[in-house]
Amino acid sequence: MARYETMFTQLDAKNEGAFVPFVMLGDPDKATSLQIIQTLIDNGADALELGFPYSDPIADGPTIQAASIRALGNGNTPSECLDIIADIRRDNPDIPIGLLLYSNLVLARGIDTFYAQAKASGVDSILIADVPLREAKRFIDVASSNEIDQILIAPPNATEETLQAIGQLSSGYTYLLGRAGVTGAETAAETPASELIEKLAKHKVAPPLLGFGISTPEQVAHAIHSGAAGAISGSATVNIIAKHLDNTPAMLSELGEFVQSMKAGTSKA
Amino acid sequence: MNNLESKFGDFGGMYVPELLIPALDQLEQAFIDAQQDPEFQAEFMSLLKDYAGRPTAMTLSRNLVSNPLVKLYLKREDLLHGGAHKTNQVLGQALLTKRMGKTEVIAETGAGQHGVATALACALLGLKARIYMGAKDVERQSPNVFRMRLMGAEVIPVNAGSGTLKDAVNEAMRDWSANYDKAHYLLGTAAGPHPFPTIVREFHRMIGEETRAQILEKEGRLPDAVVACVGGGSNAIGMFADFIDEPSVRLVGVEPAGKGLHTHEHGATICTGTKGILHGAFSYIMQDADGQIEESYSVSAGLDYPAVGPQHAYLSDIGRAEYVAATDEEALNAFKLLARKEGIIPALESSHALAHALNMADEATEETIIVLNLSGRGDKDLAHVTQVLGDDI
Repeated sequence: MARYETMFTQLDAKNEGAFVPFVMLGDPDKATSLQIIQTLIDNGADALELGFPYSDPIADGPTIQAASIRALGNGNTPSECLDIIADIRRDNPDIPIGLLLYSNLVLARGIDTFYAQAKASGVDSILIADVPLREAKRFIDVASSNEIDQILIAPPNATEETLQAIGQLSSGYTYLLGRAGVTGAETAAETPASELIEKLAKHKVAPPLLGFGISTPEQVAHAIHSGAAGAISGSATVNIIAKHLDNTPAMLSELGEFVQSMKAGTSKA
Repeated sequence: MNNLESKFGDFGGMYVPELLIPALDQLEQAFIDAQQDPEFQAEFMSLLKDYAGRPTAMTLSRNLVSNPLVKLYLKREDLLHGGAHKTNQVLGQALLTKRMGKTEVIAETGAGQHGVATALACALLGLKARIYMGAKDVERQSPNVFRMRLMGAEVIPVNAGSGTLKDAVNEAMRDWSANYDKAHYLLGTAAGPHPFPTIVREFHRMIGEETRAQILEKEGRLPDAVVACVGGGSNAIGMFADFIDEPSVRLVGVEPAGKGLHTHEHGATICTGTKGILHGAFSYIMQDADGQIEESYSVSAGLDYPAVGPQHAYLSDIGRAEYVAATDEEALNAFKLLARKEGIIPALESSHALAHALNMADEATEETIIVLNLSGRGDKDLAHVTQVLGDDI
């Protein structure tokens, strides 16, 4: 069974939703990045969402932009990102790993090559922030031939037509946008997302994970009670990294506590 | 699906977050409706004529060309209100903003010319403008920052990334994705996601249409070539649009070669670039092997952009238009020459096109009529050129 499917089945059995932290690969550098990701897993992350640093991230707010700049400043490349994932996968055979990145990094390698290399490194899903449904076909085709789930975004302003298409094409999970705007913990998600989640259910989309503006266990709990299959938290996670750049043990310790507290919010009981 | 074609061959498209698709669709529909609405057209035409000063003159150069076989005409967009062609399409998009019931305008600007054009249109039409400008550019272009503020626009310095035009575009798109309900993103060139390249072309196409009528009146035939500078490519596509289906007219775009195409310091995206996606469109861009976007460079801030409008990429690929490059030095020489010989101070952007047009004139061996799009005036460049040339004029 595919890793996302297994995860959702197991979580259902435990009456829990998923907590999925996001971090930028190579932030602040390769060695620390490996420690950070392992810490997220060891403290209860159900799946991982990992970014590739990019020079012009139009969907990201200041926190994630700064993570990109830190990583690129330390010489990060897409090859290094794939190496980090392969290392993580070696020690963690079961956790679903998703990529979140921008189209030009995929095109520069060639779509076929990129997806094949991602698969070989142990990637389960790919979300391209600047590829909307309308441009997604050639990416979805390559994804399915590589047995990778192409993740689609359901925005709060989605039309019925868009939701229907997501229903037909989504696999793995559906990235449910909690609000308009760019990534960032400064602006909270506009819950309840229940209305959109109901509509999504009607179109039989892959399980929705709520993202954008999720930074507290209460928001995670709210997302799950609204019917989301889980929550993704990026900027709040990356803020902890940024806060402790000169003290890795403190960084890892706070990240661990953060993941545990967010994971506690996923209980449906 | 789109009602207008969203691509030029493979180029163009809508490579933006899903969140922005409804706003782009709304814009496309508003544009289609407006094109068929006599009232909208009448208002646009009236603003162009009575406010901006269209049609602009076409001037036969008297002293610039020594080859007796060649006539070089200058299409005088430098005489337009605001000092450059940019006013045309800004008025069009500002009217679209009102038509969509939006009250705010977001824009990006590099040197400040598009920002100034946006500020004047918003002042005129009662829209609230906020204009993103790289922090470095805010410092370098303080007179334009003052102009924008004088006309009531808010200027927001962008420190993210490299602090130049491409980062200002990024920031404008981020703002738009949070505020599309009440704000229109008034993109400044014929680049970006569909429908911007098409809208910007259609709102500038009077440049070529007027040129056609004026040259037929003066010469009784079409020109042999039209020449325009290309950064994002808005003035060039405005000049080219009406001639694309006239195979006898050469379409020549001149990109900024900066310190030379062999250096890393230039902005000649079609001449040297590779294909990729930046700011929502698939086109030629400047990037490294991994796909990270590289900084462009030009003495002329208006051409300093690491991508190019997708229709230009297409016209180049199918061989309909030719794209060449002129260096900083060649542009500065042309800048001085036009001032000295004709009493016209051109924008540094337009000086690139002039430099190449003069080469074409020198090389002509038969009777040739060339029309150069003099896209803007050089007043804005005086401080910068003084700094570059010193007393060497």
